[in-house]
Amino acid sequence: MQQEQPRFSRRTALKGARGLLLGLCLRPGSGLAQSGLGQKLRPDGSTGMAFAPNAFVRISSDDTVTVLVKHIEFGQGPFTGLATIVAEELDADWSKVRAEHAPADLNLYKNTLLGVQGTGGSTSIANSYEQLRKAGAAARTMLVEAAAQSWRVPASEISVERGVLRHAKSNRLARFGQFAEAAAKLPVPENPPLKDPSKFRLIGREGAVKKLDVPAKTNGTAQFTIDIREPGTLTAVVAHPPRFGSKVASVDVTGARAVPGLVDVKQIPSGIAVYADSTWPALKAREALKIEWDESAAEKRSSSQLIEEYRALSRQKGNTASQHGDVDAALAGAERVIEAEFVFPYLAHAPMEPLDGFLRWDGNKAVARFGSQLQTVEQQTIAGVLGLKLEQVSLETMLAGGSFGRRAQPTSHFAAELAEVAKAIGPNRAIKLIWTREDDLRGGYYRPMFVHRLRGAIRGGKIMGWANTVVGQSFIEGTPFAPMIIKDGIDPLTVEGARELPYEIPNFRCDVHTPTVGVTTLSWRSVGHTHTGYAVECFIDELLQATGQDPVAGRLALMGNAPRAAVVLRTVAQLARWAGPGPFRDRARGVAVVESFGTSIAQIAEVSIGDGEGPKVHKVWCAVDCGVAVNPDIIRAQMEGGIGFGLGHALFAEVQIDEGRPVPANFDTYRSLRIHEMPEVEVTIVPSSEKPTGVGEPGVPPIGPAVANALARLGDNRPRQLPIVRGTV
Amino acid sequence: MTAYNVKVNGRSQSVDVLPDTPLLWVLRDSLGLTGTKFGCGIAMCGACTVFLDGKPLRSCSFPVSSVGDREVTTIEGLSGREAAAVQRAWVARDVPQCGYCQSGQVMSAVALLKEVKRPTDRDIDLAMIGNLCRCATYVRIRAAINDAARSLGA
Repeated sequence: MQQEQPRFSRRTALKGARGLLLGLCLRPGSGLAQSGLGQKLRPDGSTGMAFAPNAFVRISSDDTVTVLVKHIEFGQGPFTGLATIVAEELDADWSKVRAEHAPADLNLYKNTLLGVQGTGGSTSIANSYEQLRKAGAAARTMLVEAAAQSWRVPASEISVERGVLRHAKSNRLARFGQFAEAAAKLPVPENPPLKDPSKFRLIGREGAVKKLDVPAKTNGTAQFTIDIREPGTLTAVVAHPPRFGSKVASVDVTGARAVPGLVDVKQIPSGIAVYADSTWPALKAREALKIEWDESAAEKRSSSQLIEEYRALSRQKGNTASQHGDVDAALAGAERVIEAEFVFPYLAHAPMEPLDGFLRWDGNKAVARFGSQLQTVEQQTIAGVLGLKLEQVSLETMLAGGSFGRRAQPTSHFAAELAEVAKAIGPNRAIKLIWTREDDLRGGYYRPMFVHRLRGAIRGGKIMGWANTVVGQSFIEGTPFAPMIIKDGIDPLTVEGARELPYEIPNFRCDVHTPTVGVTTLSWRSVGHTHTGYAVECFIDELLQATGQDPVAGRLALMGNAPRAAVVLRTVAQLARWAGPGPFRDRARGVAVVESFGTSIAQIAEVSIGDGEGPKVHKVWCAVDCGVAVNPDIIRAQMEGGIGFGLGHALFAEVQIDEGRPVPANFDTYRSLRIHEMPEVEVTIVPSSEKPTGVGEPGVPPIGPAVANALARLGDNRPRQLPIVRGTV
Repeated sequence: MTAYNVKVNGRSQSVDVLPDTPLLWVLRDSLGLTGTKFGCGIAMCGACTVFLDGKPLRSCSFPVSSVGDREVTTIEGLSGREAAAVQRAWVARDVPQCGYCQSGQVMSAVALLKEVKRPTDRDIDLAMIGNLCRCATYVRIRAAINDAARSLGA
């Protein structure tokens, strides 16, 4: 049996990637076994041949359609979304569709918008849509052709519906699995015909698909990295320095060595690694370490000091990110200049599953398994640390318990630590590296602190000028991504959403300072829009209020060049039956509109002052335009979740730095939104036939300013410093 | 190391661990019951929620030496009408996103419905306030609990 099967080879796979589609016959468990994928390809232990028309689709003789998903599933729905796209063009039976993470392979699984294999910028659907429609359509064409040859009928007379091929004239039908083997021998069509969207029965159809990962995430069987159990695996934890930039000066391991279950202690570049036979001894032994840190090069400033430095910088002009008209003249000639300064704290991502990873190597080959978000650079990093070639490292992406940007590491610092921990103890010892919540919250890689200074020029009741000086760290500078992203000394991720407004203002400038601070920073769900959305939407609201304009009508009047933003704003106003901001009895309404990652979103929040810990947000209305809505219910879920995530941080979250040391250690001191604080949410999706854009991040930015703008109608100021509720944990 | 007999999901099992080992790590590392999750280690997030004699407990902060002969139930051993109704409602509403906290959410929701047949919004708040969801699936958690309560009342 084995000899009869054509072998998968790397070369054919690569050819397939370049031409997109090339017929590959893949015996389950053969060539891909080294990536850890082979086993999973075997449907229910069956040895039936899989039909693998391209890198994304596998059909086995038991009719199972497996979609290989090149994006990590950590809650935003790519398993279901990407499988929906394939199943649509394939006309598959949804109950037979499965999703799995694709292995790390840049040639096959590059994110066409990022240039590497990776997930981020809300691009999963956007960069996969055409690619996976073609992948599904090619598989369908080949199955039809195989049936046509077998039945000796014209392919054009065969219809496909829900995984069944049918020739009506001769009353013959067959399931996909029946022709999987025959289809695998056919040439792969270069340009298979795609469906007319009016014929879609899964994409955009309410209730047509159920999320593929939900049952396992409801009964405890979903496997995350922390759940990996391989015999003999050591649990490792690392003691990290309390201040950024410090190093180990000396360590006394006597106490740690006394903990039963401890296996070893090693120094690695990021700290002291402790290895034990299970988690608790590892944690206890780490606790018992006595480490002296060399803090000569450490960052020792506090948040308060950094804020003052940033404020001073914001009074000087920075690098110009964009400008038009003459804003200095507009400010000089204004009847009234309105100024506002907004301060944004460091924020942690705090995904429910802290960082963790598994690595096994024998000195020659390494297998890494973790929630990898940038597979290409992480695979390279692991290979580099272990002194292996790229092809000697296989990387298997696991489901991850959230990310919100925490796993998108341009520096691959966690993959590097994972490999260093493995390397320090030597080959043939499988290790599972675990970060605790304290490691997570005190471990840096925060959303950077920012200060925005805004000035608005009012003349004749109109907004004639807008100047915004932005101050904050770049998390791209000094990483391998810098040459691609940073242009003319400006990291666009620090000013996105501030340097281009949806509003027509005749005189405009956005400039930026990029200070260097030792506190490590990172992308955070919706990136620059986390702060620019708040600053811009609070300030426009303030200017409209100052000129006596309605928050909705006033914005619409300035949106001549932003038709999609105008549509979502009109839509949300209609949904909420907007009749002005109020107050209406004890409640007021605030609005915000933010375009990010190609998606336009408007939100209206209904807010009261609350009776305890800060404002009470009763209800949020949300209108979203993300092009073709592939999975309407996932879009709604991302809006709900984005609103909750954005609200929790706007209200409560801050990583204060005290003389270089992060203050919060756990969820007792890093306050997160809880169920009683979650508002009711009503979402409407604007119908569109434009290319789909992302939904994982864009729901986040509008909620903070929408709440702030409501507060401004309740007699409070728009909060100038976040979080809104300060000093309570 | 000390040997303990713990009764988990109806089975008595012997484990040999440090006496202060939290029940969570006994379940996960010694018994391989990985459905119960680690999220904070200080009983602030609820991802580790199990039942001790039928009552919800944060297993990350409860030493195995205190379990005694009481019965531990994890997500893997969940059974009964309330559990079935809650899990059905969770699937019907597509509640989970990343899914990591959901074992704990389901455990707390089942515990609530065992105590209160028709929970009010305030009952739901009180029962679920200790379960963090960083994806903020709270709207659907509330809706699914209401669905489950209705289905049990029918």
